[in-house]
Amino acid sequence: MFDDFFIRALFAGIGIAFVTGPLGCFVVWRRLSYFGDTLAHSALLGVTMAYTLDLNIAISVFLISSIIALLLIQLQKRTNLPGDALLGLLAHSSLAVGLVVIGFLTFIRFDIMGLLFGDILAVTTDDLFVIWTGGALILIVLKLIWKPLLASTVNYELAEAEGLNPDRAKAIFTILMAAVIAISIKMVGLLLITGMLIIPAAMARNISDSPQKMVLFSIIGGLLSVILGLYSSLEFNTSSGPSIIAAALILFILSLFKIKQSIKLKN
Amino acid sequence: MNSNNNILVKLNNAGFRQSEKWLVEGVSLTIEKGKIVTLIGPNGSGKSTTAKIALGIYKNIEGSVEKYTTKVGYVPQKISIDWTLPIRVYDFMLLTETIEDSAIDEALSLTGVIHLKNKNLGSLSGGEFQRVLIARAISKKPELLVLDEPVQGVDYTGEIALYELIKKISDTLNCGILLISHDLHMVMTATDHVICLNGHVCCSGSPLDVAKNNEYKALFGEKASQILTTYEHKHDHVHSDKGEIKKN
Repeated sequence: MFDDFFIRALFAGIGIAFVTGPLGCFVVWRRLSYFGDTLAHSALLGVTMAYTLDLNIAISVFLISSIIALLLIQLQKRTNLPGDALLGLLAHSSLAVGLVVIGFLTFIRFDIMGLLFGDILAVTTDDLFVIWTGGALILIVLKLIWKPLLASTVNYELAEAEGLNPDRAKAIFTILMAAVIAISIKMVGLLLITGMLIIPAAMARNISDSPQKMVLFSIIGGLLSVILGLYSSLEFNTSSGPSIIAAALILFILSLFKIKQSIKLKN
Repeated sequence: MNSNNNILVKLNNAGFRQSEKWLVEGVSLTIEKGKIVTLIGPNGSGKSTTAKIALGIYKNIEGSVEKYTTKVGYVPQKISIDWTLPIRVYDFMLLTETIEDSAIDEALSLTGVIHLKNKNLGSLSGGEFQRVLIARAISKKPELLVLDEPVQGVDYTGEIALYELIKKISDTLNCGILLISHDLHMVMTATDHVICLNGHVCCSGSPLDVAKNNEYKALFGEKASQILTTYEHKHDHVHSDKGEIKKN
């Protein structure tokens, strides 16, 4: 069944959508889209490390992204620079260093376009295993920290006062972000991962009235984007990442009509 | 350590400093089951800071906090709900603890906002939101209730009803309450112990003792002192009339 590259890509995409749906909601709620971008940019370094040291790409990307996240927290504590400047610093310097290192690795042929925008042909059976087991682990952990994470998203002090340990939930969530980027980089590409996190969640925001519903619609939106995007990628011979994101954008635009309706109803 | 097992929280000479500036220092207080402790003081005197020290929100404090309960309900002074998060009153009630639907309905009815149960939190008025905040804090049947100006923005009749509710909750749940209030009438009628803050404890004791204190008079003015002392008379009167507040 998984002999066909397209079936493999489809199952990979579906696995990714189940994870990016709920995580993307928290990215939107906690205003972390630029943080997600930074982690994704740093993933290039992870990929080069995987090639030079002959490691699994997902594990190597996960390690580098986690290190970058820790580095960011340290820089926030020790410098007086604003958060967005630090994010920009880390995002672009890690992308630049990654590209420079690739320049030195002349003995390996890199598919740069595939790295940046995703390549469905590249998904192997091993990748499927990493996506589905990694994805299941991410979802289980997210379920465990759901209450403290949501409570501290609403109000940090309320969560802290009522004994939910929001700092621990935040730290764990940061690691989950690094993990989701690690498992989806091959499919969506490092420039577009944040789009996979944000756009279905943004679409879901337009049609939801509770956190749980937003998570559900975000997953459904992600699944539809993957299916629509991959079929059109096959049809028009386009990169998989941009096709999935473009499909997500169409769903987002459709969801805007729902908002218009509810505004009309109110008036 | 805990010789008296009615004690819920104990602050020993506690203080908090933020970038070289003391927000509050040298506060000692004890909150016991079934007792209401009220903090009063001008703006910036460290009332909310003291509450946050007692709750354990501030970590790097001077002095020490001994906390003997984990069942805490908190009504913060300021809370803003981001419009990016769709959340109904019902979801908000379940925010920090899983509570049965019947308990949610009961708490929302007590504070008079049961009709808003399925409304979006962002669409509530200031007073409605305060009522929801109080309902959320009491619905989990806490042992310690910390209320930071809980009735701000609530209409006048609602204010009286809510204060009566708070008093009743302290009796029925036998929970300890740390209350921050600007309403000196409330302080007089329901509080067991008043602490007057101005960056440090300027005086403390029973409401009447505090009202007679010279430092309190210097801080709030002679008039405030009269409110408290004359209210003592009204208080007696109301009591003999079995709660007919409007008749005083």
